[in-house]
Amino acid sequence: METLAFYFFGTCILLLSIFVIISRHPAYAVLYLLASMFCLAGLYVLLGAYFVATLQIVLYAGAVLVMFLFVVMLLSLREEGYTKGRKLQRSVGVVVSAFLFIGIVAGLRSAFVGGTSSGPVSKMVGSITDIGELLFTKYLFPFEVTSLLILAAMIGAIVIAKQKMGEGAR
Amino acid sequence: MSTYPYIVLSVALFIIGAVGILTRRNAIFMLLSIEIMLNAGNLAFVAFSRLHGNLTGQIVALFVMTVAAAEVAVGLAIIVLLYRSRGTLRVDEANLLKW
Repeated sequence: METLAFYFFGTCILLLSIFVIISRHPAYAVLYLLASMFCLAGLYVLLGAYFVATLQIVLYAGAVLVMFLFVVMLLSLREEGYTKGRKLQRSVGVVVSAFLFIGIVAGLRSAFVGGTSSGPVSKMVGSITDIGELLFTKYLFPFEVTSLLILAAMIGAIVIAKQKMGEGAR
Repeated sequence: MSTYPYIVLSVALFIIGAVGILTRRNAIFMLLSIEIMLNAGNLAFVAFSRLHGNLTGQIVALFVMTVAAAEVAVGLAIIVLLYRSRGTLRVDEANLLKW
């Protein structure tokens, strides 16, 4: 059952991600990525990371991608496919990435086969109680630094987006 | 079920994001590809967290999500500014540091 669910979600994620990078209109790409995020949340549930799955839906699907959609609709973009004269760049990029994929998977295979890490999987559940306990004791300092990062990003976004209202606008 | 297929799926997702960055020239598509790559990293973190029976991987995944949200906020602000000053989102045409 778990294997079946994994292959279902995995196929959906791969197909939707490929649709994201080959689609012509940005709004469709954002919607494909939204569906892909839901499938990824399903994978997190399969892995026992319930809190991460919840945050994946709330934070990614609810906040980040809606922000993308707002910007895409605000800018009223035209359809923009692959431009001409980019064939060399495209083929070289795909070939280099394919080699990178083969290399990483080969390395992983030797690591999983050679080491002892391919043993039985421990029963471990990422419930919100355990994660909260760890987050507020051992990882308290990174957690607080994260709040500083979000504040800096918020101020930066506001400052960047509202500068030169009069002169730069066309 | 072993965690090996999860890791391979994560690598494949990362490669798809890298292909998107290498082949598209539109700034919004590049930002979406970065999102795909960050999610691939998250999947690897959670899979290794279950492999080792250690919750630290899930906590790092939460931090990665937060950093991704901050990065998207700043990136989209830059995209809006780029579109306002150039009228296009092709990164090839934004070749001046100061306008």
